[in-house]
Amino acid sequence: MNIIELKDITFGYSSEKNVFKGLNLVLKEGEKIGITGPNGSGKTTLLYLIIGILKPFNGEVKIFDNIRENEKDFKEVREKIGFVFQNPDDQLFSPTVAEDIAFGPLNLGRPREEIYKTIKDTLLALGLEGFDNKITYRLSEGEKKLVAIGTILSMRPQVFLLDEPTADLDEKNRERIINIINGLSTSYIITSHDMELLKKTTNTVYRLEDSRLSPISI
Amino acid sequence: MVKEKFSKGNSSIHKLDPRVKIITFSLFSLVVATTYKFSILFTSLLYPLSLIFISRVNLKEVLKSLVVVNAFILFLWIFLPFTKAGVPWFSLGPLTIFKDGMKYATLITLKSNIIILSMITLIATSSVFSIVHALHHLHVPDKLVHLTFFTFRYIHVIYKEYKKLTNAMKLRGFNPGTNIHTYRSYAYLIGNLILRSFDKAEMVYKAMVCRGFRGTFPLLYHFKIGKRDRVFLAFSVSYICFLATFSLR
Repeated sequence: MNIIELKDITFGYSSEKNVFKGLNLVLKEGEKIGITGPNGSGKTTLLYLIIGILKPFNGEVKIFDNIRENEKDFKEVREKIGFVFQNPDDQLFSPTVAEDIAFGPLNLGRPREEIYKTIKDTLLALGLEGFDNKITYRLSEGEKKLVAIGTILSMRPQVFLLDEPTADLDEKNRERIINIINGLSTSYIITSHDMELLKKTTNTVYRLEDSRLSPISI
Repeated sequence: MVKEKFSKGNSSIHKLDPRVKIITFSLFSLVVATTYKFSILFTSLLYPLSLIFISRVNLKEVLKSLVVVNAFILFLWIFLPFTKAGVPWFSLGPLTIFKDGMKYATLITLKSNIIILSMITLIATSSVFSIVHALHHLHVPDKLVHLTFFTFRYIHVIYKEYKKLTNAMKLRGFNPGTNIHTYRSYAYLIGNLILRSFDKAEMVYKAMVCRGFRGTFPLLYHFKIGKRDRVFLAFSVSYICFLATFSLR
């Protein structure tokens, strides 16, 4: 079953130059895809198109077997597809770690008792036990990144989109992130320049260049 | 940058429900701000003073904050006593000091200091975030609450950006002076900060939408009013009522 299907996508930030022209991508259930490519090739843009933050000029975005066009369609998509932003400062805005982790589940209307448990489980999975009441903006860069992933883990999405999950991290935190990603039982798409990360966590790697995704072996 | 100097502490004032504190603070300042009687003002001074005593806030820090406030009030003292209104009091060389002006300047000084003192002891003894949550619970309009919340949350981030930019300027030998180059560079700096804040806001909003944000903030923890809060509320409200009654007479 195809979870995500992008067909003949055309998109650009200015009318003269298109980032994508006739781009195609399919993510099947259980598939773990890595996307690499030069700066400015559109890796993040591609993820934004999937989650509906950006809308294509032309082409079809089909997610969970439904064509998605307007905000309403994407609302449902965002409940099922978790997006981890590259910069954790964009993702974390609540005062405490616990509240940030609870933000998604509360939006989804999950019962409170369940959410308290989710917070505990998520922190345990991240190896951040006891971080509940820490102030998010005072965390270290590595901790912020882990918590940012946690805020999505707690929503229990069916697919993860991870934008440069290991950028700016030291060896130890990189290892932790790789372990967490490997622990995910869902499908996911990772964009990264970190070849070792892609090698360890994905089964197909594409190179995005000149609006084309070509499979590469690493 | 924004330090919550008074919010850490273990006194019974610190432990009060922030909703109770906001309510009593608003009532108290309303009475203080509207009264014209010196006797009421001096009596009301007892309230923040006893709160300072109970909350055991750092007196030095309190005085420091008062200095900042009174620096603004100083301007009033430059003009108000000499403003021609009512009965002249006495002459100071070519200047005449008026009774009413003196009275108003004293009133304003007293009122501001009393309100600031009670603000320090009641509002500043809670973290900004619990105050924001409390405002939410008190049904203050969502937009206002969000504005307060995000201003506080992102002032750190914007300040960090500002530091980064000014450091980068310094490292390239920027030395501010009175010339066009300096003005232009500062204009670029401010322009850059505005752009970056705008981008940041956009990104944060995107990230929130991705997590199912629908315009309202769900609250994880609820406040609970306990015995301490009830006692404090009952005592404060009766004291404030007492002040208000005598103020209106």
